[in-house]
Amino acid sequence: MLKKRIIPTLLYKEMGLVKGSKFNSWRRVGPVLPSIKVYNTREVDELIFLDIAATQNKSDIDYETIREFSKFCFVPLTIGGGINNINQVNKLLEIGADKISINSSAYENPRLIEEVANQYGSQCVVASIDAKKTGNKWTCFSNSGTKDKKINPITWSKKLEELGAGEILITSIDKDGTNEGYDYDLISEITSQVKVPVIASGGAGKYDDMYKAIDISGASAVAAASIFHFTEMTPMEAKLFLDKKGISIRKNYVMTK
Amino acid sequence: MDIGIIKYGLGNIASVFHSLKSVGSSPLVIENPSEIRNVDKIILPGVGNFTRSKKILDMNGWTEEILNATQNLEKPLLGICLGMQLLAEWGYEGLLADEDTRTSGLGLIKGDVVKLTKLGCDERIPHMGWNTVKWNVCSPLLEGIPNNSDFYFVHSYAFVPNKISEIVATSNYSISINAVVNKNNIWGTQFHPEKSSKAGLKIMENFANF
Repeated sequence: MLKKRIIPTLLYKEMGLVKGSKFNSWRRVGPVLPSIKVYNTREVDELIFLDIAATQNKSDIDYETIREFSKFCFVPLTIGGGINNINQVNKLLEIGADKISINSSAYENPRLIEEVANQYGSQCVVASIDAKKTGNKWTCFSNSGTKDKKINPITWSKKLEELGAGEILITSIDKDGTNEGYDYDLISEITSQVKVPVIASGGAGKYDDMYKAIDISGASAVAAASIFHFTEMTPMEAKLFLDKKGISIRKNYVMTK
Repeated sequence: MDIGIIKYGLGNIASVFHSLKSVGSSPLVIENPSEIRNVDKIILPGVGNFTRSKKILDMNGWTEEILNATQNLEKPLLGICLGMQLLAEWGYEGLLADEDTRTSGLGLIKGDVVKLTKLGCDERIPHMGWNTVKWNVCSPLLEGIPNNSDFYFVHSYAFVPNKISEIVATSNYSISINAVVNKNNIWGTQFHPEKSSKAGLKIMENFANF
């Protein structure tokens, strides 16, 4: 049976890891390498690394950091941030990425999703959506939450799936960094409309939030940053919690010792 | 004891390289088929399409060198994902939509590579993520890893060897999927050991210690 996944998200901005709240007021978390080493020993299922400054600064993603980072990463690694052409994808896969996350550039150039899926397979493409609620409606935002794309995230996720995305990473800007729990309604809407796995992101504050995102909202994976960075909570404890609740998770042989 | 990682096309071989280094091995990335003669063991990675990859192996002289190293010199070979599928006699993953065209594989383990849906799988394709692997027999490749450990899979086709005795371990995804195969010095894993955390690294270590 396929396991539900717990994925720490590492946000990278100008040489270090950061975490904000509602896509703002970024706090420095620390350097990259010690973090990935800790996560490796904690036996996470997967890692997502996003260079959040790349699109905004119109700079290329920091390949050297990723090259270093991937040397210590023995679980699937998703890389994103400012990716807008296939050459960047080639380069990232060659230096150690397993999947590529595409967000802002998909609005201007949806064909990029198609191109990457055709060349490397859908399993390689994680389409990322940042959504915010205005009134009782959600809207997609690009460029780290700064540009309103005036598209409904449910419609957009269906389009991304059609183009060949193998997974959807949905982040609620409203919930991001608040530790109040995921936007369960938003996640439910998307999981009910697409067939590809959906990764819930934004708002996890306790293990039970992860349980709800999986059990109630139908997410295949849960991403979290703040609770792993700023609290004593760990991916391994999250798994033990989910296991007790009857969710099928990866029990690695270190855990059972 | 050097391990050569065959670089014959696209795909993430950096992870295979780093995983071997992390278990104390000294891997070499091989870009020229004749270099296979200089290593003691071979890893055949693979991401992509069966027919396209086999064409590259044939055209650039890889096939000949691999067959010589494994059949005449009995060097251990580990095929990973598509690399395991390429060990088969026949693959049914064509370049076009014509699924009935078959391409010959390396023929190191007799059997076919077939689409998961054709095998009766009714789950979402590709089979992607962590899945439990069950041992059929004891094997030096799996030594020190508890039965039913999870490994990371990404594939839409599966290798079905003719002989059940050559299937070392399986996984379940509405159908039984052959996860580890072995015949003499030839080994294959459908999952990615280099991306399967500690259990996967143990496989790399076991292979390095053969």
